[in-house]
Amino acid sequence: MAERVAIVGCGQTKHDTKRDELSMHGLVREAATRALDDANMGWADIDAVVIGKAPDTFEGVMMPELFLADSLAAAGKPLIRVHTAGSVGGSTAMVAANLVKAGVHERVLTVAFEKQSESNAMWALAPVIPFAPPLVAGAGGYFAPYIRAYIQRSGAPDDIGIRVALKDTNNGLLNPYAHKQMKVTYEEVRDSIMLWDPVRFLETCPSSDGAAAMVMTSEAHASSGSAPPAWIHAMAWRSEPTMLAHQDKVNPRAGRDCAADVYAQAGISDPRREIDVAEVYVPFSWFEPKWIENLGFAPEGEGWKLTEDGATAIDGDIPWNPSGGVICSNPIGASGMLRFMEAAMQVRGQCGEHQIDGAGTALGHAYGGGSQFFAMWIVRNEKP
Amino acid sequence: MAEAEAAAVDMILCPSSVSYDYTCGEAATRFLVEVEKKRMVGQKAGAGALVYTPPRGTDPASGLPTDIEVEVGPRGTVTTFCVVNIPFAGQAVECPYVQAHILLDGADIPIFHLLQEVDAADVHAGMRVEPVWVPDDEMGPTMESIAHFRPTGEPDVDLDELRRDNHI
Repeated sequence: MAERVAIVGCGQTKHDTKRDELSMHGLVREAATRALDDANMGWADIDAVVIGKAPDTFEGVMMPELFLADSLAAAGKPLIRVHTAGSVGGSTAMVAANLVKAGVHERVLTVAFEKQSESNAMWALAPVIPFAPPLVAGAGGYFAPYIRAYIQRSGAPDDIGIRVALKDTNNGLLNPYAHKQMKVTYEEVRDSIMLWDPVRFLETCPSSDGAAAMVMTSEAHASSGSAPPAWIHAMAWRSEPTMLAHQDKVNPRAGRDCAADVYAQAGISDPRREIDVAEVYVPFSWFEPKWIENLGFAPEGEGWKLTEDGATAIDGDIPWNPSGGVICSNPIGASGMLRFMEAAMQVRGQCGEHQIDGAGTALGHAYGGGSQFFAMWIVRNEKP
Repeated sequence: MAEAEAAAVDMILCPSSVSYDYTCGEAATRFLVEVEKKRMVGQKAGAGALVYTPPRGTDPASGLPTDIEVEVGPRGTVTTFCVVNIPFAGQAVECPYVQAHILLDGADIPIFHLLQEVDAADVHAGMRVEPVWVPDDEMGPTMESIAHFRPTGEPDVDLDELRRDNHI
């Protein structure tokens, strides 16, 4: 029988453009020591370490898990590195959780990071691939055409992307760890430079240095943390082909299937009503309405109405990304784990100024590749 | 006498570059050989299967080999696009430029390419386009043998047709 899995420690760095006072070692240790402190544990209490990050070109350092094994006190213990592109923070957390769930280990430390200031993410995401001209300008250049297709398909008003950016950027002011700390107005977002038309500068995530870490345990250690534990009720992940004819890149099947699976495990039939807060991977503001539909919070073509009506605002009926989300902080490898961890922090009551009162059920979500990999979990403040 | 304080070494530059040998395989070889002749081919895995271009050798939906070759293009239809205004390392074209998804006639999956000889404001889904090849002495077995695409002036393709197959 599967073990129940509790999240008892959560830690993250202050995310910023350039944490040049910290090496890669220092960055992961800043998050990991905070998670251990929150769990009231030391390095010796940990049975296994699961680390994740996005492509190594983001730092220009291949296989950093080799030298980070020392920094994370993994000598003599299992250490596993996970990679699923942008969703890696989510799938890393899931690998760690599954080790506990399967009864393999009792106390697992999981860490995800990116130190993007050490390389150039635009360069790393604009590879020269065989049979394609070198035209794709980073993630924005890849996703902007699909955003255009979403706008056309849904008939959404042109300013929905502005509204999401306004909400998420201003939510970041409530989160001391968020990279972007700026108050913006509708006009400032609207008038910011069009980088990849239809995507504006202020509708885009930053490039960040940052890390996130969690300590997960079996039920026997669930009360060790400084706050009540978050209990994992459901986990799901999916992938789909990179290049599939007639593939729906606006409303990807892998995302729909992943959502259906995680809701079924958690006994959720109406996510908008039954989930209290969602932390969803929205690196470009238009992904909010796109994922609202993909994850079943609204019928297809109507996701933008939740944004327009303020339903996803921090005081709305289904807050999305009260932490400021990826629009405020994007250390890519850690971004998915931050979503998963913010969900856990919400049900543990640890979110300070961006805490949603009475949050009992929360969703964490990450996606990566060209909308190819998806990972989701549902956490609650009550035992499954 | 006070010793001069050593300057801290905060950051060092470590240049890194790679070039790859890529084994094309049969399907891609067929495609590239034809490109050099200003023709484009796709492949499918059976009479009713969808046409892939550039072909990868297998149909990702069925896993079957795409052993039936069909000619596609050279004309096609813009499904979606973006206008790139941000310069980046390794960039081949000056900003702003239009990066378009182009569904070649007879193919079921779009390719990405540069769209020029048109004002970015006039580019739209459904627009008909054709390739402009590089000069003959520069032609080679590479997608860069296509300098860019440009509008043909033909009537637009009905968007419902593109929508039906999830292209938009």
